[in-house]
Amino acid sequence: MNRLAKTLVLGSAVIGLSISSSVFASDVKQINGAGASFPYPIYSKWAEAYAAKTGIKLNYQSIGSGGGIKQIKAKTVDFGASDAPLKGEDLAESGLVQFPMVMGGVVPVVNIEGVKSGDIVLDGELLAEIFLGNVSKWNDAKIKAMNPGVNLPDAEITIVHRADGSGTTAIFTDYLKKVSTKWADEVGAGTAVKWPVGLGGKGNEGVASYVGRVKGSIGYVEYAYALQNNLAYTKLKNKGGQSVSPTSEAFQAAAAGADWKSAPGYGVVLTNQPGAASWPITGATFILMHKDQAKPEVAKEVLKFFSWSYHNGQKMADELHYVPMPEAVVNMVEATWAAEFKDASGKAIWDAGMVQK
Amino acid sequence: MSTPTNTGDASASYYERARLWGLWGDRLFKGLSVFFGLLVLLIIAGIIIMLLIGAMPALQQFGFSFLTNAEWDPVNDEYGALVPMVGTLVSALIAMLIGVPVSFGIALFLTQMAPDWIKRPVGTAIELLAAIPSIIYGMWGLFFFAPFFADHIQPWMTSNLGGIPLIGALFQGPPIGVSMFTAGVILGIMIIPFIASVMRDVFEIVPQVLKESAYGMGCTTWEVVWNVVLPYTKAGVVGGIMLGLGRALGETMAVTFVIGNAHNLTWGLFNPGNTIASTLANEFNEASGLQISSLIALGLILFIVTFIVLSLSKWMLVKLGERQEGKKT
Repeated sequence: MNRLAKTLVLGSAVIGLSISSSVFASDVKQINGAGASFPYPIYSKWAEAYAAKTGIKLNYQSIGSGGGIKQIKAKTVDFGASDAPLKGEDLAESGLVQFPMVMGGVVPVVNIEGVKSGDIVLDGELLAEIFLGNVSKWNDAKIKAMNPGVNLPDAEITIVHRADGSGTTAIFTDYLKKVSTKWADEVGAGTAVKWPVGLGGKGNEGVASYVGRVKGSIGYVEYAYALQNNLAYTKLKNKGGQSVSPTSEAFQAAAAGADWKSAPGYGVVLTNQPGAASWPITGATFILMHKDQAKPEVAKEVLKFFSWSYHNGQKMADELHYVPMPEAVVNMVEATWAAEFKDASGKAIWDAGMVQK
Repeated sequence: MSTPTNTGDASASYYERARLWGLWGDRLFKGLSVFFGLLVLLIIAGIIIMLLIGAMPALQQFGFSFLTNAEWDPVNDEYGALVPMVGTLVSALIAMLIGVPVSFGIALFLTQMAPDWIKRPVGTAIELLAAIPSIIYGMWGLFFFAPFFADHIQPWMTSNLGGIPLIGALFQGPPIGVSMFTAGVILGIMIIPFIASVMRDVFEIVPQVLKESAYGMGCTTWEVVWNVVLPYTKAGVVGGIMLGLGRALGETMAVTFVIGNAHNLTWGLFNPGNTIASTLANEFNEASGLQISSLIALGLILFIVTFIVLSLSKWMLVKLGERQEGKKT
């Protein structure tokens, strides 16, 4: 009898538990994402602050943009992240919604005896000539002509590029392709390209460490890596013919002039943008999510996290040298969320009342 | 005498039970071991099939020219295995040129010359060298060896060896420190413990009588080693070298750190290059479509090459065993 009672109590407890867990299934504790490694530092910083506030944790695997796209297409994660935007038809075919999350700049970095940050100026065409291997000495007449008064040594130029496929490379080569027909013909743009010359480092940190060590080298890294490794950056002449330094303001100037509205999935590549203050090699990093959500409660929490980051994360982004999205773009993105994301019954998942200001 | 009968009965049934248990246990054990043994074959077959399926699109697209094409152009989706294949073979060759003589010296010293008190510590140290993870070799190569090599050894080699006709071109290249040559040197150091310990083991099986007869006839140590020890252990030594070669061909992390990761086909060993393993490590994450298929095809090539090398080494070791038995009878 006693034993029977115990069994009953236990059984009802188990049933109770399972009921309660199904009732509170909307109580999402963790959201999962995977993809680009470039925004990983800022995503984890946002996630830490967001978890402290709401208790919802972000599990983000920085496996690279290609991996992120694969994972979201296979629906193993709640969102994917990619540095290079997917094309409109690709988005439509796989039922994905794409929006920009944060921006950053790619910066040419050099290691030349006696040359400090901002000492030398290059324009896009010259940068392409250097990376093509056509300009192979630092005291080449073309570089000298652009930098009168700078003491350039008679040293070989060593090119350092990425060995792995990467969104940074996609942004950098997209710029070179736009400014140099030779580059467009011989190399082209992509997450990995056929580099005519040079050596490859794995990741931003690999390129940064080679440039830091090899005398006479030039490479390209995300802005934050140039600062962290104390590498000398070059100024660049932008589309308006102005020579600009890589700063937050210059990256934002590039974003401000962009035509976000007409590009499907906000797939704007911010290279070579007009505007006197624009840094020419700027890029945004993107989030990918499925339009039709089988788990709307999870999707809602994911969007809440992004909304919170848009509206409260600007300062954290600045600290890590990322560039937050302009307010106008954020409003457009949130309107897209309301229009695009649907649950199984076709009901919208997001509405304007959920904005996490 | 009724009690003994009782105990006899009990023990008889006990032994019967034990016999049955043993019988089933034996069968079970046999079944399990057969299963595990076959599992290895199944896994290998599975890997080959998986590689073949994955590589099929690339092999269909490029056919045999995949092996001879030096292009690796993700933008235009054109891929060829020549550069990483050559890189794999060249870096492994440099590694052998460094690793084999050094290992031979170590094994000779340990088996023929070293006093007993030094044999154990040196032998253990060599085995410890084999236990160091390859990424440590890579980091050491990148942060210490490459800069040192670029500043001190490479300029000397370029100015002194670079002028020699024919082979001079091998010693040209920018003094960066990360190059095919550096990768070969690091690989050479990495395979020393493997080759040295196999060589030591086979040198030790040479019968004392043979060596002492040779010494008795007035041979020097070198003559004993060259004319008695080496001929006796030839097959085993080659087997050990093949083991080292197998490792050099497939090493990934250490090579990726120091080789420079560039798809270049040049004569200069001081230029950055690429191997199959480092190409895979670098590009797999972000690749898609035909590029992934080409990478898997590279993996298949590496698998086949390594498989051949290891089969050769096993065959050599088997020959060594036959020889031993032949000597005894």
